[in-house]
Amino acid sequence: MFKITWKIVLFLLIAFVSVAGIAFPIVENPRAWYEFPLIPGLEENAKIIFFHVPTAWLTVVAFLVSTVYSFKYLRRKNLDDDAKAYSSAQLGMVFCILATVTGAVWAKFAWGSFWSWDPRQTSIFALLLIYGALFALRSSIESEEKRATLSSVYSLIAFVTVPFFIFIMPRIMKGLHPGSADDTNAGPVVNFKMNSSMFLIFFLSLIGFTILYFWMWRLSYKSIIYRDKLDKKLIRG
Amino acid sequence: MKSKSFSLFLKDYHSELRTRYAINSLAMFIIVAISIIMFAVGQEKVSESLTGGLFWVVIFFTAMSGLSRAFVSEEERGTSLTLQLLSAPSTVFSGKLIFNIILVFCMNTIIALLYSALFETFIIRNFSLFILSFVLGNFGLAISSTIIAAIIAKAGAKGTLYPVLSFPILLPLILTSVQLTLFALDGTSIEQAKYELAIVVSYDVIMLTVSYLLFDFIWKD
Repeated sequence: MFKITWKIVLFLLIAFVSVAGIAFPIVENPRAWYEFPLIPGLEENAKIIFFHVPTAWLTVVAFLVSTVYSFKYLRRKNLDDDAKAYSSAQLGMVFCILATVTGAVWAKFAWGSFWSWDPRQTSIFALLLIYGALFALRSSIESEEKRATLSSVYSLIAFVTVPFFIFIMPRIMKGLHPGSADDTNAGPVVNFKMNSSMFLIFFLSLIGFTILYFWMWRLSYKSIIYRDKLDKKLIRG
Repeated sequence: MKSKSFSLFLKDYHSELRTRYAINSLAMFIIVAISIIMFAVGQEKVSESLTGGLFWVVIFFTAMSGLSRAFVSEEERGTSLTLQLLSAPSTVFSGKLIFNIILVFCMNTIIALLYSALFETFIIRNFSLFILSFVLGNFGLAISSTIIAAIIAKAGAKGTLYPVLSFPILLPLILTSVQLTLFALDGTSIEQAKYELAIVVSYDVIMLTVSYLLFDFIWKD
């Protein structure tokens, strides 16, 4: 019963967030709970925050999960951990592409061009490159153990460079994204004039997408583990 | 421990002198890369900010063409097992790192000399800042490319994968070093460039630590 309940709850949550994020009106003086405030300079573009920020957040979460399981693999040499790390990296790549695309669309309307090498855009591009390099490395190695070890090592090395991209570069270089060096906001993402209803939808969206990620991740790594087990069974006869 | 890694470096040094493979190919690569840039530029006057960037383009690709030799040659000659028996992983890594650091310093000094001779706008106005960022950047480049070279050698795919894997790892270093080179060309004081210098120092320290921690896993089959 619980199994099906949380799936229905997740479905309702994501459906509500999608409808609310797109359809709730933006007015100058919000009175009703479903009205968003007008943010000068952003206007209707502000709505993409409900979809752009969760994907960017999940890109980092997926990378973190992947690194944790890579570390676990190196400690215990259990191939299941490698499957978990790999499937998390796959999902991270998907979310990374989504974050890049939604970010570029937002940049087109807010800053005037799809791509302008803002520090934040550079950092998401670097993450994309890291994921790409990880898959290139994995596809070049035949032996399972070797592939798992080397890709774990590589993702750990890549992980220590991520703080440079996410936290240090945008603080030092001038940029357009909130949280840049010449920006007065403290946080990397949101600190601007959102009202409570906007915050509610924003955090519901974050929670919904995070649960969705963990669900997809579980399905993905289970299928990899089962496939490997089946392969070994078939080979042994 | 220290003498053992130094003798490993000496072994690499002598075998390098015997064939001169890395030195020759690196020297030729530098000439080829710079002449391509010169041809592409033609009669145009290159702006100062562009030379700073092009300087690091040549450094990056030259490093990518030659630095993987350190570990790939061991795998090719089938001597990596002997090395595993003879010495601890950290010793092997130190020896290879010393060799690569010296190679990087030689190669980048030549590139810097050629740049200042060939590009009119490559005038270093703050020499101490340039030297400082040059040294720190070279250390970072050598450390990262040595550990990636170890991965490449074990992965068996030698050529194209090396720049692909190295680029994201080197990107914070390259971006900051390009910035620092521009500062040196502009004549910015060291005081004003302290944040960028701090980034490069922390990058070097972090990569060195991580490399020593993770090299055991790469080296032992």
